[in-house]
Amino acid sequence: MENSGLFFNLVILIVFLPVMGLLFNIIFGRRLNEKIVGTVASTASGLAFVVSLLLGYSLLASGGEAHTIPFAEWIKIGSLDIPWTFRVDTLSVTMMLVVSGVGTLIHIYAIGYMHEDVRFKDDVKRYSRFFVFLNLFIAMMMILVSGDSYLMLFVGWEGVGLCSFLLIGFWYDLDTLGRPSWANSNAAKKAFIANRIGDLGFLLAAFTMFWFFGSLQFGDVFLKAEEIAASQPGVIMAITLFMLIGVTGKSAQIPLYVWLPDAMAGPTPVSALIHAATMVTAGVYLITRSWALFSLVPDAQYIVALVGAITALFAATIAVGQYDIKKVLAYSTISQLGFMVAAVGMGAYVAGMFHLVLHAFFKALLFLSAGSVILGMERGHHHLAHHAKSDDHHEEVFDPGDMRNMGGLRKQMPVTFWLSMIGSLALAGIFPFAGFWSKDEILLDAAKNHTVVYVLLVSAAFLTAFYMGRQVWMVFFGKSRHAAAEHAEESPKVITVPLMVLAAASVLGGALNLPFVHSLEKWLEHTIELAAEHGAEIHGYLAISWGGLNPVVAVVSTLLALLAIGLSWLLYGRNPLQFGQIDPLKKMLGPVYTTFENKYWVDEFYGAVILKPYVAMARFLAVKVDWDFWHDWLHDSIIARFFRWFTKFLAEPIDLGIIDAISNGLATLTKRSSTALRQLQNGFVRSYALSVLLGVVLILGYLLFK
Amino acid sequence: MDSLLIFFLILALASVLSALGLLVSRSAVYAALFLVLNFACVAIFYLLLGAPFIALTQITVYAGAIMVLFLFVIMLLGSEKLPKGTSLPWQRPLAIGLAAILLFEAGFLLFQRVKLTAAIAQPGVEVNSVDAIRTLGLNLFNQYLLPFEVTSILLLVAMIGAIVLTKHEKGATA
Amino acid sequence: MEATIPLSFYITVSAILFTMGALGVLIRRNALIVFMSIELMLNAANLAFVAFSNSYGVLDGQIFVFFVMTVAAAEVAVGLALIVAIFRSKHSIDVDQMSSLKG
Repeated sequence: MENSGLFFNLVILIVFLPVMGLLFNIIFGRRLNEKIVGTVASTASGLAFVVSLLLGYSLLASGGEAHTIPFAEWIKIGSLDIPWTFRVDTLSVTMMLVVSGVGTLIHIYAIGYMHEDVRFKDDVKRYSRFFVFLNLFIAMMMILVSGDSYLMLFVGWEGVGLCSFLLIGFWYDLDTLGRPSWANSNAAKKAFIANRIGDLGFLLAAFTMFWFFGSLQFGDVFLKAEEIAASQPGVIMAITLFMLIGVTGKSAQIPLYVWLPDAMAGPTPVSALIHAATMVTAGVYLITRSWALFSLVPDAQYIVALVGAITALFAATIAVGQYDIKKVLAYSTISQLGFMVAAVGMGAYVAGMFHLVLHAFFKALLFLSAGSVILGMERGHHHLAHHAKSDDHHEEVFDPGDMRNMGGLRKQMPVTFWLSMIGSLALAGIFPFAGFWSKDEILLDAAKNHTVVYVLLVSAAFLTAFYMGRQVWMVFFGKSRHAAAEHAEESPKVITVPLMVLAAASVLGGALNLPFVHSLEKWLEHTIELAAEHGAEIHGYLAISWGGLNPVVAVVSTLLALLAIGLSWLLYGRNPLQFGQIDPLKKMLGPVYTTFENKYWVDEFYGAVILKPYVAMARFLAVKVDWDFWHDWLHDSIIARFFRWFTKFLAEPIDLGIIDAISNGLATLTKRSSTALRQLQNGFVRSYALSVLLGVVLILGYLLFK
Repeated sequence: MDSLLIFFLILALASVLSALGLLVSRSAVYAALFLVLNFACVAIFYLLLGAPFIALTQITVYAGAIMVLFLFVIMLLGSEKLPKGTSLPWQRPLAIGLAAILLFEAGFLLFQRVKLTAAIAQPGVEVNSVDAIRTLGLNLFNQYLLPFEVTSILLLVAMIGAIVLTKHEKGATA
Repeated sequence: MEATIPLSFYITVSAILFTMGALGVLIRRNALIVFMSIELMLNAANLAFVAFSNSYGVLDGQIFVFFVMTVAAAEVAVGLALIVAIFRSKHSIDVDQMSSLKG
């Protein structure tokens, strides 16, 4: 059916524009000006955004039905046929817009950020590599969201895992201060391995799916889902739970979230793009995409929701005890992802997607402004080192991200301050900023259907506001606690302008799904069949609905947020922290706070329970089994010795004894017989005559006596 | 036992003894003379066998020419008595043994296998007649002409050969 | 009664003479005596020829003896010339001395 005037066929460009960008930068990047490298990469991403817009327009114009655009044949073996088809429907276009939109802004930001970072770390040549990896990430994420089968999704899934590894470990041999260190590569490895465990879950889900459904294409699977659920109970449950393992890996839920905080070792644009806005939302996308499967197994849904809710609260408590500005944001991301996972677990797909989109805006904004703050601190430090009159060796380990070194930055970096404020308010969920609308929808759904989840989520929301307030007071207010903070400078336009765009989105983003209008809901409805309201009677106040918004829940959550901010002001704002002073909350909560500070010692726990035995076993297998037994004993002692004995046996008795003896014997025989026969020719005529006579006698005798 | 037989036996004994003398004499001259005696005995045998021409030819050629030639050469070379040699000590007994076996075999052949019953009669007068010699000549020149001619060439070759062999090389040491 | 000598007597004598000639060839080291022994052998053969010729009553045997004698003469001439030539180089007529062709 010819769709003239529509742009569905452009969908392949969303993958191939970034690919072309990265190829250009691989080949020419090192020789070109940094600005050109950055511009090419950002243009590739920007054009992908434009294509996504066109696809969205095409969907709107054609009534929102899903379109599948086949691209290439990939695997075709026997009855197994897995092509590469693109799927353009409202859900995938939503993701495409988020990824390319936020991605382009971050590309632009990174032009300026990396310019300063490579000079701070003193390795200018690495600049173009960053943009190659960023474009690769965009391409992979696009494959993830535009695939029409679980296998294509998985290709993208793995690809973004790879890019995460590459980008976290971008400074693989240097630490944040430019000294040699393997900390970043270790963090990258941790991310990859944790993700791999999740990928195993995904693969198990895919295998099970293929075994029972015979296909991995979305269309086929969703059509057959109900029939399989009826005929073979337990299959869908298994598939969804395996998928959940994958989600906990990629979207950093309990128990596989441990990689995300360490991933902050990567440059800030990476943290913003991958670990806040896009890659980590892949898990949420997966569940939303598989709504047809999840809606058949309410038990699995409940497990998902619980996992999300518990993670949300857990991570929020840890965030309260962190001092590194990016670590706070990392745990905040885990917590917000918990919100999203809980939402889609409860069946509130629209709420979850809404929060995903808005979270991308304000979290990216927060990360990027944190990056701006860090840059400012680094500039201040540099300034200090330059003008240091006293030459007391300033080899102090200066961490530009430690909030205990900051303070009073709103005077030195006003633009960053205001933008960061907007982001924090949005995250805390204060009306009318973006986070209010989406978080509220989630809380409403939880309140209506799952009280336990509601309690967990609302506590997490309280803590979210608290720790964001703490961060704002510690960073921007009070007096500078370190000389570097005093001399911090504002960041250039190339950094602050993308922040402004994101800030605008954070303010206005709520418009995407306002009550009474519900634009996003109507948009997504084309793809997701929203569950009807659950059967149970909805009591009293919960039934009030102002076009979808319940005032009671909204008011409760807003009050709690304001309360939290007030508390944080009491602790951190009223008496600003002095340099070296212990966190007042620590004085209050003591060991509880220490637990938060140490992340509940989860990493240490994993290290002792999983890593240590694993390494010990690996070492045992390598040293004892492989080297000692297999090599030293089996190979050397038995096999080599036998071989040597065997060759010696063949060589000495057989080769020397028999074969040489034969040939030598023949020679000796010839010699001896010739020596003997030579006697006949002694030169004496008389003996020759004798032999003649002998012959005559013999012949005569023979003739006579025969 | 008639006198012919006795005569024969004496003659036979003489020939055998002279052959034995040839065999054992240390001096070459004695050996030559013993051989001459042997030839004479055999010539008489020929006479007894009724071949007078052959008998005389035997004396003339063998005893007269050949033995004289032998004696000339013995004179040339000096009849040295060769020292007792020890080169092939095993050869002498073995040779004697083999000769004995040969004799035995010959005897066996003669007296066991081929029974000769013929007897040679005393030759009569007719053997001395010219007819006998003429017949011999006729046979010689008719049936055996070719061998005759070839033999003459042979003699020529032998003459030339003998001369060539004993010629002194020009300038070479003798 | 005619006096007769059995043929076998003549042949016996011939055989004995032949054997002795052969023995002489083998045993004696003087080349001339070896030569003479060869003549003895030829002679013994001649005797046998004539005896049989008489016994069969033909003359062929005698003619053969004629030829044998001729050839013997030629042979003696050449042979003695050879011995003289060898004597010139080796200064000896000991056949044991002429063993340079040993292997």
